[in-house]
Amino acid sequence: MLKDITLGQYFPGNTIAHRLDPRTKILLVVLYIVALFCAKGIVTYALLAACLAICVRISHVGLRQLVRGLKPVLFIMIFTGILNLFFTPGTRYVVEWGFLRISDTGLYNAVFMVLRIMLLIMGTFLMTYTTSPISLTDGLERLLNWMKRFRVPVHELAMMMSIALRFIPTLIEETDKIMSAQKARGADFESGNLVQKAKAMIPILVPLFISAFRRADELATAMECRCYHGGEGRTRLHVLRYAPRDIIALCLGGAITVGVVVLSRFGL
Amino acid sequence: MEPILQIKHLTHTYGIGTPFQRSAVEDVSFDVREGEFLGIIGHTGSGKSTLIQHLNGLLRPTSGQVLLAGKDIWAEPKKIRDVRFRVGLVFQYPEYQLFEETVYKDIAFGPTNMGRTGAELDRCVREAARLVGIRDDQLDKSPFELSGGQKRRVALAGVLAMEPDVLILDEPTAGLDPAGRENLMANIRDYHRNKQKTILLVSHSMDEIARNADRILVLKGSHILMSGAPGEVFARGAELLAAGLDVPQITRIAMALKARGLPIDPAVYTVEALERQLLALRKGGAAC
Repeated sequence: MLKDITLGQYFPGNTIAHRLDPRTKILLVVLYIVALFCAKGIVTYALLAACLAICVRISHVGLRQLVRGLKPVLFIMIFTGILNLFFTPGTRYVVEWGFLRISDTGLYNAVFMVLRIMLLIMGTFLMTYTTSPISLTDGLERLLNWMKRFRVPVHELAMMMSIALRFIPTLIEETDKIMSAQKARGADFESGNLVQKAKAMIPILVPLFISAFRRADELATAMECRCYHGGEGRTRLHVLRYAPRDIIALCLGGAITVGVVVLSRFGL
Repeated sequence: MEPILQIKHLTHTYGIGTPFQRSAVEDVSFDVREGEFLGIIGHTGSGKSTLIQHLNGLLRPTSGQVLLAGKDIWAEPKKIRDVRFRVGLVFQYPEYQLFEETVYKDIAFGPTNMGRTGAELDRCVREAARLVGIRDDQLDKSPFELSGGQKRRVALAGVLAMEPDVLILDEPTAGLDPAGRENLMANIRDYHRNKQKTILLVSHSMDEIARNADRILVLKGSHILMSGAPGEVFARGAELLAAGLDVPQITRIAMALKARGLPIDPAVYTVEALERQLLALRKGGAAC
């Protein structure tokens, strides 16, 4: 059951979506999010959905995997949908049902809000599906390099992020093991009320924390043994370089974003 | 007498319907007799861990059955916890699952889940601690203050305290030093001798299995490669080696002697047995 969690799971591949520089992909996602929040009408949404569809097509990521990524935010989607549906005042009411009233703007808002969240999540997931966590943090570090001048510990943050990402599957596996072991001693995680269920987590959480600290300790020792001393003067095996395809992709992304912003001015 | 555990055509497939579909255990059948000490041996990835997790209902078979004292353990899925109390499973590196403030409380976790209280609880906790050689004054300590070997004893006691009919041990001595290893195995042997309870021992070490088990099950590539008394299994030493598994050191010496032309039966696995053969040979006046 724990294995179902997909947290930015990477699907290796060799498509153009995989080969793009991670910085390009991060920037494109940022542009996409900006465009999504500017979009107002059917035309702009259709344009953005089409862009995503094309990218998905190019990347060979299965649509099913992408939709599965929506599962964790399903609740938020439904919640936003319902809130917008019932609580937006409008001029005309489509449904009136006691105190529950659905206005035309409400309906409109709800559909687009849910669509926006869906596209947003799928767009970001597409990036994490086609970019390995390592190159993603690498790209992020390079992108935020200018912040070092303001004493922001960019390298350290990037390192923390890659370590955290690296250890997610390990800790999930560990949790599975501990759960089985405690179940073998008759632990019951399913029945009981909320308090009992919370208490039942203690036999899992305590060993999990201890093992996380132990791992952190071991990792720190291993890093020190290899003379790690922060980002200062550190060179890289794979130096990120923009290729022509990155420039094309960025120009295309920029053009679409500008297009969406302009179109939304006209309320499309 | 009816076997305490019967495994019938057990198959377990992981990731059905995904590209990662893979059978960890395939059509495995065997019986475990009551009071028996069964050794299970096999490579990493031979399906040992998957197999033993079926025996106490942690995993549900994709197909096939596990019968405990003649009853399918999945006949009533709601009562699967009772099966886990009767079939105690000690995982690999069990010391990583300790969580309580004191050793006593940690050992009491299992029996408390069974609903034991008061004097009954106290009795089984103290008895389990005694079985694995934990002293009374250590019971009030935090389990995290103990050494690695002692932690493992505490974890083992945590399962023994449930007084299971069948005890399954997954590599109980992995990562211990030789003295700790021998000590722990001696505890397990004593437990088996005094309580007459059924034990399944999973191990990598052929010597450990050879010294303790009444019967051996050899797994390879999610199937049973062979099963039988240690003598029978080690008589097929060449096959074991061909399968990439080990044979006990003594068997290896006997096999090497035979290869040099001595009339020796290589199906020996104890020093004493080989000694007897060699002495008999000497008395017989064969050229040494």
